[in-house]
Amino acid sequence: MNMMTEAAVEKALDQRMNDLSYKMIGKDVSVYYGEKRALFDVNLNVRQNTVTALIGPSGCGKSTFLRTLNRMNDTIDNCRVTGRITLDGDDIYDPSIDVVELRARVGMVFQKPNPFPKSIYENISYGPRIHGLARSKADMDQIVEASLQRAGLWNEVKDRLQESGTGLSGGQQQRLCIARAIAVSPEVILMDEPCSALDPIATAKVEELIHELRSNYTIVIVTHSMQQAARVSQRTAMFHLGQLVEENDTDKMFTNPDDQRTQDYIMGRFG
Amino acid sequence: MSSHIMSAFDEELKYLNRRISEMGGLAEQMCADAVHALVNGDSALAQKVISDDVILDNAEREIQEKAIVTIAKRQPMAADLREIIGTLRIAADLERVGDLGKNNAKRVIAVQGTGVPRKLARGLEHLSELSLVQLKEVLDVFANRSAQKAEAIRQRDEEIDAMYTSLFRELLTYMMEDPRNITTCTHLLFCAKNIERIGDHATNIAETIYYIATGAQPQGERPKDDSSNTLGAVVE
Ligand SMILES: Nc1ncnc2c1ncn2[C@@H]1O[C@H](COP(=O)(O)OP(=O)(O)OP(=O)(O)O)[C@@H](O)[C@H]1O
Ligand SMILES: [Mg+2]
Repeated sequence: MNMMTEAAVEKALDQRMNDLSYKMIGKDVSVYYGEKRALFDVNLNVRQNTVTALIGPSGCGKSTFLRTLNRMNDTIDNCRVTGRITLDGDDIYDPSIDVVELRARVGMVFQKPNPFPKSIYENISYGPRIHGLARSKADMDQIVEASLQRAGLWNEVKDRLQESGTGLSGGQQQRLCIARAIAVSPEVILMDEPCSALDPIATAKVEELIHELRSNYTIVIVTHSMQQAARVSQRTAMFHLGQLVEENDTDKMFTNPDDQRTQDYIMGRFG
Repeated sequence: MSSHIMSAFDEELKYLNRRISEMGGLAEQMCADAVHALVNGDSALAQKVISDDVILDNAEREIQEKAIVTIAKRQPMAADLREIIGTLRIAADLERVGDLGKNNAKRVIAVQGTGVPRKLARGLEHLSELSLVQLKEVLDVFANRSAQKAEAIRQRDEEIDAMYTSLFRELLTYMMEDPRNITTCTHLLFCAKNIERIGDHATNIAETIYYIATGAQPQGERPKDDSSNTLGAVVE
């Protein structure tokens, strides 16, 4: 019989717990745009019910990495992804994966708000409808209201749900897109600079929402605001020239990072 | 460390550093003057120390305001944040050092009647030298941010504590010899305690510098060799 000490058993259990608490695992992820390599063997795991912030200078590959997590890169011609990415242990690049279903589980909010040229109501109801999440009109009304409430937009639009989503202000459109993303109850939400077009109040609302969503969802957010990363995330990953240079607890990252490049970047110093 | 992309930020940090050095220089001078005034019964010098304290208080307040504005404006991160917070702490320590010097200066009048016995004067001066060397060195380390040197200074506080304990013992002896010494010796006891605490503040500053430089607190207990709190407890 294989004798394991009690401590070894404990350790193995801890290890297992840790593995399970990774919602997504990225192993040796590389991305090429044609001949150009944009990511170099990135190993980054996304923890469950955690907000992970991706930071780094423009062009370092943050959006590229984010897009690998729900195969948004598939939509880009000549883009090739290598390595392995799993969601709850399943390889999301496996041929048997239904990409539409994947994107319902791993939703995305983009930097530029991109509402459909449809009514506010339809912007939200579209996803739940195609995924069959509502059984009745009342059900759907409920989903639409709840999603708009959570995105902090309900009071501003409740009397104009039939008006076009594109008629909203930039900040309202962004919250509409967030409401749309959460309407399908995704497990993971990817956000690419979601607040770059928002005023401080709208930004605070989105950050409060991120904070709230964390108990039910796993969130990965790209941001250029160090303060925002510090405020909303528990883990922070720093990218530089297509490489992951450091991943750490956010509190550590912004008070005493390990890597010199992180240091220079977050302090706004010349590298 | 490399410069900030925003050069005005560098200027603000430099300014804070300069003000700390100035505060340190003044605090050091005040403490040295106070002991000098004490052993020589020089009340004019004592008066100067007392009025210098206002300058130090104002400097601390100014550093505080500047630091707060810098935090609000620059939203500093990592080493920058540690530096500004450290600056605030050091300014507070230096302000306290000034208070201790001032407190010693105030006692000059009280001991003037009897004067300070030669042997005690030497002891006080020696204790004061140790503390002020500690303070001076820690201010040098602040200028060059060496974590190693900060740690070394922290280790040396022990010497001051030991010296203080021996002075304490000596003062007790004087008091027991002749009750007429009690008033003066009690004042000198407070002076010695004040000087010992200047050393403690220098040690605080060393710890702050260590934190600024490394982002970690120095490991382990502070060395302590102050056994005065149990002294005289058992009298044979
Ligand atoms: N569709 C594309 N075709 C070709 N190259 C691309 C494409 N998208 C991104 N790249 C290149 O890949 C690299 C990483 O780009 P990416 O958009 O991931 O950077 P980023 O970190 O998100 O930058 P930013 O902060 O400016 O959004 C860059 O060099 C970029 O030029
Ligand atoms: Mg991007």
